[in-house]
Amino acid sequence: MTTQIQILSTPLEIQSAIYWIMSPESGGIDIFIGTVRNTTKGKAVIRLEFEAYEPMALAEMEKIVTQAEEKWPIQKALIHHRTGVLEIGEIPVLIAVSAAHRAAAFEACRYIIDTLKQTVPIWKKEIFEDGEVWVAAHP
Amino acid sequence: MKIKVLAFGIAKDIFGSPAIGLELANDSTVYNLQYLLEQQYPRLGQLRSYMLAVNNEYALPGDTIHERDEIAIIPPVSGG
Repeated sequence: MTTQIQILSTPLEIQSAIYWIMSPESGGIDIFIGTVRNTTKGKAVIRLEFEAYEPMALAEMEKIVTQAEEKWPIQKALIHHRTGVLEIGEIPVLIAVSAAHRAAAFEACRYIIDTLKQTVPIWKKEIFEDGEVWVAAHP
Repeated sequence: MKIKVLAFGIAKDIFGSPAIGLELANDSTVYNLQYLLEQQYPRLGQLRSYMLAVNNEYALPGDTIHERDEIAIIPPVSGG
């Protein structure tokens, strides 16, 4: 399988991800685009900041893609994740999967984003009008 | 042996630094290191959870730490 896994400090490019993931062998591609929401639990969010432990985050993302390949017949997989300051509406994560048939692409794409959120060492800080908080840090 | 521990996210705030140096007995385990860290930085124990990574892999409490290992504190992740 061909993969492209990157951590970037510059805006993620949807169109170039689509060009990369498409191939003549594919019957469909599935893309998940995460976007920065303007509220959390009813409270206005000003911006987010993302930090990554880059070598380990890349290794963990490689593992997830390998697991997805073992579970579903997928052809290509792409994960791009941002670091740094992100404003409302910007894209922290972009996942793309191609497969001969759509079911594999849908399921693998969902598996990749769901598992990424659980295991990949990347952290998000929410900045509010009156303070800031590392997401999920405390009970 | 002297070791360096990298910190990310809230752990960096707790350490007040992206990395700290520690003196650790030879053949210490991940559990031993966690105990030492929580004594020096009690706020670590108040986190929802946290893991240690050794050489870019999640480590188990019984794993042995060696000099020059790259050790990192992994507070609850929140990417995506």
